[in-house]
Amino acid sequence: MTDLAVASQWRLMWLRFRRHRLAVVSAGVLVGFYVMVLFCEIIAPYGVDDRNVQAIQAPPQRLRLLSSEGIQFRPFVYNHSMTIDPHTWQRLYEPDIAAAHTVRFFVRGTSYKFWGLLAWDLHLFGTADGGYIHLFGTDKLGRDLFSRILYGGRISLTIGLVGVSLTFVLGILLGGFAGYYGGWIDSLTQRMIEVIQSIPQLPLWMALSASLPPEWSGLSIYFGITVILSFLGWTGLARVVRGKFLSLREEDFVVSARLLGADQSRVIFRHMLPSFLSHIITSATMAVPGMILGETALSFLGIGLRPPIVSWGVLLQQAQNYQAVSLTPWLLLPGLFVIVAVLAFNLVGDGLRDAADPYQH
Amino acid sequence: MGRYVLRRILGMIPTLAIISVISFVLIQLPPGDIVTSTLADLEQQGQQVTEERIAALRAMYHLDDSIPVQYLRWAGNFLTGNLGYSIRYQQPVSRLIWERIFLTVVIAMASILFTWVIAIPAGILSAVRQYSATDYSLTVLALLGMATPNFMLALVMMYLGYEWFGISVGGLFSPDFVDAPWSLARIGDLLKHVWVPMVILGLGGAAGMMRVLRANLLDELRKPYVVTARAKGVRPVRLILKYPVRLAINPFISTIGWMLPALFSGSAIISVVLDLPTTGPLLLEALMSQDMYLAGSFIMILSTLTVIGTLISDLLLAIVDPRIRYE
Repeated sequence: MTDLAVASQWRLMWLRFRRHRLAVVSAGVLVGFYVMVLFCEIIAPYGVDDRNVQAIQAPPQRLRLLSSEGIQFRPFVYNHSMTIDPHTWQRLYEPDIAAAHTVRFFVRGTSYKFWGLLAWDLHLFGTADGGYIHLFGTDKLGRDLFSRILYGGRISLTIGLVGVSLTFVLGILLGGFAGYYGGWIDSLTQRMIEVIQSIPQLPLWMALSASLPPEWSGLSIYFGITVILSFLGWTGLARVVRGKFLSLREEDFVVSARLLGADQSRVIFRHMLPSFLSHIITSATMAVPGMILGETALSFLGIGLRPPIVSWGVLLQQAQNYQAVSLTPWLLLPGLFVIVAVLAFNLVGDGLRDAADPYQH
Repeated sequence: MGRYVLRRILGMIPTLAIISVISFVLIQLPPGDIVTSTLADLEQQGQQVTEERIAALRAMYHLDDSIPVQYLRWAGNFLTGNLGYSIRYQQPVSRLIWERIFLTVVIAMASILFTWVIAIPAGILSAVRQYSATDYSLTVLALLGMATPNFMLALVMMYLGYEWFGISVGGLFSPDFVDAPWSLARIGDLLKHVWVPMVILGLGGAAGMMRVLRANLLDELRKPYVVTARAKGVRPVRLILKYPVRLAINPFISTIGWMLPALFSGSAIISVVLDLPTTGPLLLEALMSQDMYLAGSFIMILSTLTVIGTLISDLLLAIVDPRIRYE
């Protein structure tokens, strides 16, 4: 306990953060998510556009341990056997219990280019001898939803991070200028923030993303959407930064630094910035969910990312009407991932906020 | 007070002017203009388009004027209630949008009420019984509510309504009333349908609001005047409702204005899912078909409503909270 008195600020923050159990668990979940999307080519049993014509709009397959021959040592799946309803023409699937297909680790499958560089065909898990494994079911073209959610996560989860870094730059620059110089620069920035905040976000996002040229490539659209999301997202962060600058400007240590002849950039970056960096990181964490939800909403409406790019919002587009929702409810699963990711970011932000100022109390 | 109101109203003018510039820029942003998209439509219908026709169209929309002149004409028309002409619907924009804007506002207001009805008791309960099972379960529910995109909630409600009750929860009117003129029966029919979007939008808002109320109330509960009142023997329920809650509730009033943009955004997207005749679907359609006067007018009007909403909530706050100074 005695070393608490001499512990650094970051160490105190870490100790405080660790006390928020939910935040720690959520941080673990997020790390898991990002590892999964980092290695999604390997973890996904199928490629993003692989089609299985034997299982079109098929429900999730269950991982089983119990077969007609008793309890199995390794989990296995049954293929689907399909019949067509003579009245509704709907495909009906039953598990085909004739053959059990053991789930194997590190199987050869569709070849892919890992990170677009390394040609490989090893998948973390899969089945052999004519079996297939669709843990989250398939869509109307017979594509594996589990694999597509992993690939979609790569887009949806990074768009938040890239967007927030852009927001970060805009927010710190504009908020910093406003807070440090005050006067008319401050009032101008304040006005700008007020104006932007009084325009309903989604309609404005919709208008901006509708103006992205349709002939743009997938990557350009991705960056276009990110810029649009952060163009409106910087206001909250700018307010935080401005407030901090305003209150710190009068602090003794800043005044003495200035009196000792430190130039402006040294005062800002060496003395002021470190003392509220933790607050900025907290606000940035809190801003990520908004970006993820924004991308999801835009893509869901069909004016954000568009196929062939896969994101969670693009995947949810298939579940847009209630026929789809009632016949193929598993297509809502990408939404579950959105919820978990957003929840985790919020909780981590919560924990960071409590930890941001370790000298309180 | 009078001077404060006047100053705030005057302060709205530059804000609205800038918003109108942004809306106009949005109209201009997409590649091509009204005439090119009209021509494309006409050519698709197999009509021959002559040079004179193009020139006539360009003259009709004053496209050869400079951009600032076009802006001033648009803004001037806007002030006199002339919102431009929708290419797609071949009708003046003003005829298309007022009912939709009215319905959007109805849904937003209903959701605000619902938010309060849910959030105030839940927030109070959660703060008074801090760290109890009730507090934890309400907190978990609120966090879930904040993390769920509202269109997901709409889809899930649609699924449950269909699976459990065999009803379709979409739309704002029964088929008989969709195109009927306004009457008491139509208003009744609207009330029968408005609860679905109200609940969906309200739940998301209530979650955030509950957390704010809880935090504020916890701050108030620790203050000495609460201890004093308790020591003097004021009954707990009366004590909490009369003093700390009254103070902790301020953000509810001061954030009505901020809730509006979120509610308009939310209703835009769930309206697409639930097929509600509000601004959302028409705006989406207008953006897709580059019917930019329609789109621009929507954004301008929704933003104006937000600015007015913020003003009203600031004034309400000034009335309710005696600690607020006008200077």
